[in-house]
Amino acid sequence: MTAPVAPSPPVSRKLAINRLRERRPLDAAAVDRFLARHEVPIVEGVRCTFLYRGEADEVFLIHRIFGLPDHLPLRRVRGTDLWYLVLELPEGSRVEYQLEVVRGGQRERINDPLNPRLAHSPVGSSSVCYAHGHETPDWTRPDPEARPGSLADMVVPSRALRRDCPVTLYLPARFHRTARYPLLIVHDGGDYLRYAAAKTVLDNLIHRLDMAGLVAAFIYPGDRLAEYANSAAHARFLTAELLPRLEAEFPLAGTPSSRCLMGSSFGAVAALSTAYRHPDTYGSLLLQSGSFVFTDIGNDHGGGPVFEPVVRFVNRFRAAPRRVADRLFVSCGVYEPLIVRNRSMVPVFEAAGMTVRYVEARDGHNWENWRDRLRDGLSWIFPGPQKFIYE
Amino acid sequence: MRIILLGPQRRPTLEGVARSLFPGPGPAGPVATITAGWREREPDDAELSAVLSAGHNQGASHNQSCAVNLGLYRRWLDVQDRDPEYFAGERELAAVLAELQELYLLRLDYALRAVYAVQRRADQAGAAAVEDAVAAVRELDAAHLRRVNGARGEFFQRLSPHDRPVIAGHRAEVSAVLADAAALVVAGGHVGVLAEVLHLFNIAAALRSAPLIAWSAGAMALADRIVLFHDRAPQGPGHPEVYGSGLSLLRDVVLLPHARARLLLDDTPRMAVFARRFAPARCVLLETGTRIEVPDGGWPPGTRVLGEDGHVTARAAA
Repeated sequence: MTAPVAPSPPVSRKLAINRLRERRPLDAAAVDRFLARHEVPIVEGVRCTFLYRGEADEVFLIHRIFGLPDHLPLRRVRGTDLWYLVLELPEGSRVEYQLEVVRGGQRERINDPLNPRLAHSPVGSSSVCYAHGHETPDWTRPDPEARPGSLADMVVPSRALRRDCPVTLYLPARFHRTARYPLLIVHDGGDYLRYAAAKTVLDNLIHRLDMAGLVAAFIYPGDRLAEYANSAAHARFLTAELLPRLEAEFPLAGTPSSRCLMGSSFGAVAALSTAYRHPDTYGSLLLQSGSFVFTDIGNDHGGGPVFEPVVRFVNRFRAAPRRVADRLFVSCGVYEPLIVRNRSMVPVFEAAGMTVRYVEARDGHNWENWRDRLRDGLSWIFPGPQKFIYE
Repeated sequence: MRIILLGPQRRPTLEGVARSLFPGPGPAGPVATITAGWREREPDDAELSAVLSAGHNQGASHNQSCAVNLGLYRRWLDVQDRDPEYFAGERELAAVLAELQELYLLRLDYALRAVYAVQRRADQAGAAAVEDAVAAVRELDAAHLRRVNGARGEFFQRLSPHDRPVIAGHRAEVSAVLADAAALVVAGGHVGVLAEVLHLFNIAAALRSAPLIAWSAGAMALADRIVLFHDRAPQGPGHPEVYGSGLSLLRDVVLLPHARARLLLDDTPRMAVFARRFAPARCVLLETGTRIEVPDGGWPPGTRVLGEDGHVTARAAA
């Protein structure tokens, strides 16, 4: 299942950049006018023209689109300081990129100065190209009609992790102590809140009855690469410390089918490995771009030392698949290297007797991709009461 | 009893219905209303009251509403608050019903996928196989409804709502209002909540001969079988599912409010399975502007129904 996109319009006209190249005289003023007339990158059907203006020896487009060379050279428009690259991007694509400018042997990596659209993540920002047909879902933006839920910080002392674990708790609008709520535990909770608009998404989806009102626990890693890489201590923290405390203090349904672990990248590994260590505890998992790196033969997984425990875990899981939850929502961007790993895991999950919903998107390993798949996942795992409402 | 079913009331037709029911000076008594399906918005009924008041010509003085909201949702919350034993039992029942529904949906998913898979083979042998596959779904639906009603029956027997002072008090108040009511109006909203409170406050027993007007979820809650449906959910088309029983004032009918908006009516094979699955019950569409007066003798001509061929047709005159 791939995220839907709008149909592509027919493209018959010559590309804008080629019309510019044929212009005579092609001087700085012509380039000025050209840039003033166009949003950059210029999206014309499936063809996207990336531009850079400035003196340089070389300019490269840096991206992480799986299947393309990661450095794509821009060409200079003769007689100008304008550089360009035309790239075909399928409908609905969303690509994060930067430019590498080489001057006098010095390489500088920058966001596209001609493109104001940026994506943010814990490792910084990058420019974004929205290809034809891409639509940012309206439920990712604040909706004044949607009653806001609330966020509250708490600290859960953990003997398992030997630290105090901060947790941000989301309670839905109209939270009622007499009700019974499902529980969503979110790995990398701070990043989901900050970079994937998780609170806005929850507010909107609950308001629109697309998903059930729920309590969400956004958790924060300590040593992330250790805790999220199939750590027994992390699994024990979630299951023996956090879960009992939340179920004692809040009106939670407290059944496996009402509990979901969610995570992206290494967070997805943490979710899967926690459920693996505590089967029958969590009914659903929401796994986004899971770092499910494995080897079929040999030890060359290409992920470096931090992936060693992940590879051991995933190899063990693949060798003897185990039913760790009832339902798995799995999503991945087709432009990320992990796409092959995730596709490979789907039949393994299914063979273990789990119901899997798998969604791909023309996007990469980034927070906006994970944000934009949340409705697919959350409305499937915790469907809203729409089927009950007939106004 | 005179029952009038309406389509969704975004553009209200209720006023015309009220006017036709109570010509001249208006109703002889108050019009009781149930807006429990709106849950916490239950008291926000000013617009409904205004429509009802406008519906009869001179029956109420200016600015005076003839409508009396039975406040069933508020009463339900009051029961939960003041009768903890009942509330605890209700919560246990909800967990049992949720588990039953989950297991039913699991089985239904496989059973209906089997129907659609067999249906795609359109030869003669395939047609017989479709019949068998649909029959399996019907059995599943029937067994589920029996289990749900059994669980509810056991719950009511164990907790004897009629013997519980808080509930008995509310029932008496509701019954007193209905005894004098010129009509009862049941609005739409959350059909599960509506069915719950209609049963809890024993509305069926309190009804007199006054007309009953209901729309959308309010209409569904009058039937002997409530079927939930939503083909346009964000997670994809869901399987129509039997939820439970309403007041059973209407039998052998599946009511479909907002059918065009909520069902893939153009998918005739899917709709054919829907209709055949619930036959001989009629699948009656309640669209905006619909007004169906249900006489004892059956569904009137012009009623739009989902046929077993998957097409929507209007019932012809007998």
